[in-house]
Amino acid sequence: MSLAKITEVTGRGVPVNGDDIDTDRIIPARFMKCVTFDGLGEYVFYDVRRNEDGTERAHPLNDPRFAGASILISGSNFGCGSSREHAPQAIYRAGFRAVIAEGFAEIFFGNSIQLGMPCVTADGKDLDVLRAAVNADPELPITIDIVKKEIRFDGGKCIPCEIREGARNALTNGKWDPLQDLLSHEEEVEAVASSLPYMTGR
Amino acid sequence: MGKSLFEKVWDAHAVCDLPNGQTQLLIGTHLIHEVTSPQAFGMLTEKGIPVKYPERTFATVDHIVPTNEIREPYSDSLAQAMIEELRRNCEEHGIRFFDTTTGMQGIVHIVGPEQGITQPGTTIACGDSHTSTHGAFGAIAFGIGTSQVRDVLATQTMALNKLKVRRINVDGKLAPGVYAKDVILHIIRTLGVNGGTGFAYEYGGEVFDNFSMEERMTVCNMSIEGGARAGYVNPDETTFAYLKGRPYAPHGRDWEAAVERWKSFASDEDCVYDDEVTIRAEEIAPTVTWGINPGQGVFIDQAIPRTEEGNTASERAAIEEALEHMQFKGGEPIRGTRINVAFLGSCTNGRLSDLKEVASYLKGRTVHPDVQAICVPGSQAVSRIAQDLGLDTIFKEAGFEWRGAGCSMCLAMNPDKLVGDQICASSSNRNFKGRQGSVTGRTLLMSPLMVAAAAVTGEVSDAREVFGILEPAGV
Ligand code: SF4
Repeated sequence: MSLAKITEVTGRGVPVNGDDIDTDRIIPARFMKCVTFDGLGEYVFYDVRRNEDGTERAHPLNDPRFAGASILISGSNFGCGSSREHAPQAIYRAGFRAVIAEGFAEIFFGNSIQLGMPCVTADGKDLDVLRAAVNADPELPITIDIVKKEIRFDGGKCIPCEIREGARNALTNGKWDPLQDLLSHEEEVEAVASSLPYMTGR
Repeated sequence: MGKSLFEKVWDAHAVCDLPNGQTQLLIGTHLIHEVTSPQAFGMLTEKGIPVKYPERTFATVDHIVPTNEIREPYSDSLAQAMIEELRRNCEEHGIRFFDTTTGMQGIVHIVGPEQGITQPGTTIACGDSHTSTHGAFGAIAFGIGTSQVRDVLATQTMALNKLKVRRINVDGKLAPGVYAKDVILHIIRTLGVNGGTGFAYEYGGEVFDNFSMEERMTVCNMSIEGGARAGYVNPDETTFAYLKGRPYAPHGRDWEAAVERWKSFASDEDCVYDDEVTIRAEEIAPTVTWGINPGQGVFIDQAIPRTEEGNTASERAAIEEALEHMQFKGGEPIRGTRINVAFLGSCTNGRLSDLKEVASYLKGRTVHPDVQAICVPGSQAVSRIAQDLGLDTIFKEAGFEWRGAGCSMCLAMNPDKLVGDQICASSSNRNFKGRQGSVTGRTLLMSPLMVAAAAVTGEVSDAREVFGILEPAGV
């Protein structure tokens, strides 16, 4: 099965402000009592979107102006905390196809790329411009160009973005899920394994 | 030029370079638990791919196990479904499962080391970010996502980017009453919660040379809270002494050969690190977090920061958000903050030495009447030895609830949860909003003895005063 080559993502944005947004915030642990990822989208950011009695709180993801957004915009160290893939899965299953932030936590970033959900970083000041534009017009289409490493919006506006070279290659070449590649090196794997005493039972 | 342990272990396990620029790395030891593995097994079944080396994966159940119910079915049917799913997957694929009936069940990061599965010079992965714990043995240990759990099951390898290495020296001697937990909270506070992004942390210096394995594990455990995906300590005689005789450690003639090999993985004297940081042990005091990330900590004598003390707009926003959630006022002392719950446990501080240390001071003291105090041993083995030593009696007599092994209130996926905006003095590793099971719940991270001091006095206190730990008389 060949994977899609992801060279750009276009969609509407929604700013979820703040730095260090952790994975417990993205998907509270109690929703991880499940044996599949199906249905996680419903619970994304649950505890900041809902009061304890289940009624909605003011949150951009509850704001009808941003309904249908597919690009999440946030601050630095986004996705820090636990390694739960439930976090990017919940974001993806809530309809998002990319995240733009000032920075990402390592494991979250890797998990997202492996799902084919690009995570790009941009400078804080540039992000302020982007957020302002999105807030002024939530219908605004945003394009993340992964090849050129830029974000285009609002007619001619364009801000640079960064993504780790390996991840960029993986996305644009349709290699973001490495399983097929990993499986194809069985002999080499066995050779390395047999060179390691602890793998061979000593 | 010499090499660091990280590079040596990496090189010994590198299979090849992948088209996307990452390295295919062999993962010699794979640990799994009930929360992040079922979807991975599901993906394998969907694709019809078998588990490549079932004997190199070890399973335990920890996150969802209730700590006050032994008999199944558990009252939480979702928890019951998860444990059954893991049982079924392990059976189907021939994977060793330290089930609740084996006497070896416990938190995955406690079980691996105590069974001797965690060894120097190896690569370890687990679908859990605190896998960095195992680095205490001089292993390179990564927390991974579920798709990578799938990759490791299917191929015993995963795609990774090489990390840079930052050496963190802690030189000098820690004062009495200052623990490994304080060291790592101080490191995180100093270097920042994302200071370690892209790095593996190599911990060393006099303090680490003198640390026991369990103390090294406490520090490596929280590398991830500092943003570092892996953290390790070079293996030495302390490491070997700990491993000798453990069930899965090499035995007989293999032992000597293994020790020789393990020694060869230690970083070379002349290796060059990508970064190096030195911290003086004497500067570290008992540390307590006041906010909603593990870097928001202060020494017990310090005040909670005011919003205007933030250096940047985003720091000020972070302080403000934390103060609001915690219902604290900037400028007030952390000491004296009333607590409702005291939690002693977790993969950071739920080991035998943690329980022993606390018990040695708790004897004859009583938990404050307004405080619910619970002690949750990290594994069934820890619990058994603690009971043999009579520690459970000391805890119970003091007013602690003595529970079964598991993650418990560290993340509250089982029935142990904070209620409303309760404040918990906790020996765990994360103080994120909602972490302990209540959206408005509040967590103060600290060392086990500081948790005990808070339990006894009903408020955040200096354990050195509460338990009469004197400064050394001087020379
Ligand atoms: S004790 Fe806490 S941090 Fe450790 S594995 Fe369990 S839930 Fe995770």
